[in-house]
Amino acid sequence: MNLAGATAQFTELLLALLLAPLLTGWVNQCRAWLQNRSAPGLLQPYRVLAKLFEKEVVLAHNASPLFRSAPYLIFGCLALAAAIVPTLSTGLPLNAAADAIALVGLLALARFFIALAGMDVGTSFGTLGARREMMVGFLAEPALLMVLFTASLISQSSSLSTIVDALGHREFVIYPSMAFAGVAFTMVSLAENARIPVDNPATHLELTMIHEAMVLEYSGRHLAMIEWASSLKLFVYSCMGLALFFPFGIAQGGDWLGIVLALPVLVLKLAAGGAALAVIEMMSAKMRIFRAPEFLGTAFLLAVLAMLVHVLLEA
Amino acid sequence: MIEMSSIDAGLLAAGAWIAIGCCGLAAPRSAGFAGRFLYPAGAAVGVALAAIALFALFEPPSTRVLPLGLPDLPFHARLDALSAFFLLLLGGVAAGVSVFAGGYLRADQGSSPGLVCLCYHLFLASMALVLVADDAYFFMVAWETMALSSFFLVTSDHRHAEIRRAGYLYILIAHIGAISILLCFGALQAGTGNYTFDGMRTLQLPAGWATVAFVLALAGFGAKAGILPLHVWLPEAHPAAPSPVSALMSAVMLKTAIYGLMRVTLDLIGFPVWWWGVIALAVGLASALFGIIFAAVQTDMKRLLAYSSIENIGLIVAGFGLTLLFRGFGMGTLAALALTATLYHCLNHAFFKSLLFLATGSVLHATSERSLGRLGGLIHRMPWVAWCALIGTVAIAGLPPLNGFVSEWLLLQAFLFTPDLPQGYVNLLVPVAAAAVALTAALSGYVMVKFFGIVFLGQPRDEALAQAHDAGPWERAGLVWLSAACIVLGLIPHAVINMLEPITRQFTGYGISGEMRGWLFVAPIEPERASYSPLLFLAVATALILAAWLAVRAFYHGRARRAPSWDCGFPWQNARMQDTADGFGQPVKVVFQPAFRIEGEAPSPRDSRPQYRETADDRFWFWLYLPVARLVDRLTGLVTVLQRGRISIYLMYSFATLLVLLFFVR
Repeated sequence: MNLAGATAQFTELLLALLLAPLLTGWVNQCRAWLQNRSAPGLLQPYRVLAKLFEKEVVLAHNASPLFRSAPYLIFGCLALAAAIVPTLSTGLPLNAAADAIALVGLLALARFFIALAGMDVGTSFGTLGARREMMVGFLAEPALLMVLFTASLISQSSSLSTIVDALGHREFVIYPSMAFAGVAFTMVSLAENARIPVDNPATHLELTMIHEAMVLEYSGRHLAMIEWASSLKLFVYSCMGLALFFPFGIAQGGDWLGIVLALPVLVLKLAAGGAALAVIEMMSAKMRIFRAPEFLGTAFLLAVLAMLVHVLLEA
Repeated sequence: MIEMSSIDAGLLAAGAWIAIGCCGLAAPRSAGFAGRFLYPAGAAVGVALAAIALFALFEPPSTRVLPLGLPDLPFHARLDALSAFFLLLLGGVAAGVSVFAGGYLRADQGSSPGLVCLCYHLFLASMALVLVADDAYFFMVAWETMALSSFFLVTSDHRHAEIRRAGYLYILIAHIGAISILLCFGALQAGTGNYTFDGMRTLQLPAGWATVAFVLALAGFGAKAGILPLHVWLPEAHPAAPSPVSALMSAVMLKTAIYGLMRVTLDLIGFPVWWWGVIALAVGLASALFGIIFAAVQTDMKRLLAYSSIENIGLIVAGFGLTLLFRGFGMGTLAALALTATLYHCLNHAFFKSLLFLATGSVLHATSERSLGRLGGLIHRMPWVAWCALIGTVAIAGLPPLNGFVSEWLLLQAFLFTPDLPQGYVNLLVPVAAAAVALTAALSGYVMVKFFGIVFLGQPRDEALAQAHDAGPWERAGLVWLSAACIVLGLIPHAVINMLEPITRQFTGYGISGEMRGWLFVAPIEPERASYSPLLFLAVATALILAAWLAVRAFYHGRARRAPSWDCGFPWQNARMQDTADGFGQPVKVVFQPAFRIEGEAPSPRDSRPQYRETADDRFWFWLYLPVARLVDRLTGLVTVLQRGRISIYLMYSFATLLVLLFFVR
């Protein structure tokens, strides 16, 4: 672990923490444009975070220490996830500490604790949200794992850094299996980030919410940590998608010129990805909760199909 | 000082357990004597046994012939790396469980404390003897002692009819399994009459007989391990037994069955055929998915854990199947990887499952309530139990950086390398199998949120819970021991894999620890393909969490105010509006509807006293067990014709039998 690598790793982490709310703001901006509304401004998520940090925390009488520590835990998990996904460069120190399976485990850990925090106060909405979140989780997680397995089989490695090197830096090959995997991944990320058609991030309509129902009891700095963590999650999924399906422009092995060049490419790719997300959300309607298993079951099947296609056609 | 080999030390430990058990009879009515002295002594023996086993892992096998047993077949005992590994598991878990049991078992429950103490230590000793037995006769004696002593422990609270019924079902299936194992040994000795394992090892079985032996072993040991469709006793027997006993049964006894399967297949037969692996893989994955789906809909916390044991055993058998598959194709390194993952998962499951069973025991004592629907909010009343249980749930859900994740990671890595297999159809099956493992792992997260969230979080669902007290010091010590093991096993995978190396070398000829990048990383095969470092992972995660917390503390005020909960402004909420265990199981019931046999009725909207009832039953009862039971019932009905209840007729039967025998003997 050399100093340059550690610096690059730290830059990547810092960038993720700073850029994540901007991405959320950008998606909201695009949605507002598409819905013919006037947008709240690109920097609105930062203002919300600043406001929430200033506010007083109101805790329910029976909130346990688990409830108070969960926001920091979830934030830490997602920040680590953001550091693991190769956003600017491959071959960074943390790449060896956790591979794609560990990344999925890390995201599952964050979900585990947010669901427990939702159940902690013992309100009707909290438990309802926790149950729904875990249902989406157990359907989406295997699909995500299968997508990553397909990429791992292609690149003969489950390390995300090696996957990006194999897909982006060797000679260009079109993999039909990655097309299936791409569709599956898109569906999974919609569900995991509480987006339409599975959940609606803008709603407090009681019967349809999932993510919002879990975090209803949070306020002040705790809510700010959770909101920031949600932005980070969207950022992590976006960067994971970009790394798997559009790995071009990511620097190799932490060389500085490459990293400096990779930054504008990343911003451009994220902008395009965010706009695409807004378009997908605009074109679909929120589903009933029990249609979600069908939606995610399809994603799971597509991901397994991707693996089969790889074994049959490409191996 | 007398020179002592490791097998002698192991046998001595088993003997010490038997002696401790017999001491229990000295004061059979005194719970204090057993609790304060005998169980802690048993725990000390457990620690000693674990130390002996750890030493023996890296030693060449040692043997001993005991002057007991049949005239021409004395008891043979042998301690090799595989036995040593399972003895280590037994000793480590028994230490934690025994300390807990010292504070847990009381006089007011069913059998007298002295008797329970005897059965408990006999159970421990018989498990140790199963693991060192080196001939079929000794093995079966120890195996049956294990079954019987655990049967008496399961039925120790024998005043309840359902506990007696659970015990009956358990002993029935245990004996079906035992018959199968006996037949398996019959097939293995192949007419030579040599029932020592050494004889079976050197014998080259014809392929047909080897297959027969494998299938019998899978069925026989599978009945003990609880794989499909011989799993039905698990969810009945585990809730019936006292919690330390459930913990031992689930954590160690199921593993002795895995040990037996490995001993017979990898050692005694010695040359697995690849398609045996496919069978084991299919059965294992079916058990895993079945177990976790059923765990999700349970409302009794110990039944939930019992079904989760079926899931974990399923994963272990699937990993073992993968080992056989690779071994059958002669791919040694990959077989070593799969075997490492399997054994690692055995160790992990032993620790986190016993931890969770003990936690349910503490909850049961504090609240006298086993039904999830009447618990809740116990994190406030029982913080020790709650935080230890949280470690157990994170571990069992397979989340990093605890131990459950490492073994699942290794197993998934083994799946990722299968496309190199020479058999095309198997290659196609493997992605589907990997998908099933992924689904199982994700579902176990769901089940564990349900378990922990409903028992320990939220508002108490019953007023009586306000009087719940935390576990006593002995119970705490046991829980902390097992939690610490879960954390340590998760953080030092490199050491554990080194420990497993002698076993994989013995049975596959390869080890996977040589390829590592150093003590910090786990990198099976080669570092470029996959690596994971739990210590680094934990260090960075902790640093980030602390940094976030300190930054928020430094830059913002720390004001917090307590108020009633918000719940979208709804003021009249009460504890009954939280999700029940049934409610939490509902999504799984809907998504996996075909797996269940659902019966129930919903009340009509105008019903003034609405009663909602729904049961989700195991289809195997109706497909397999009830038809067989009916058939047996009918056959015994035919036999009762002979039973007349008059002594003259019975004497006539004896006379007729004697005549027939004389005819044959002449």
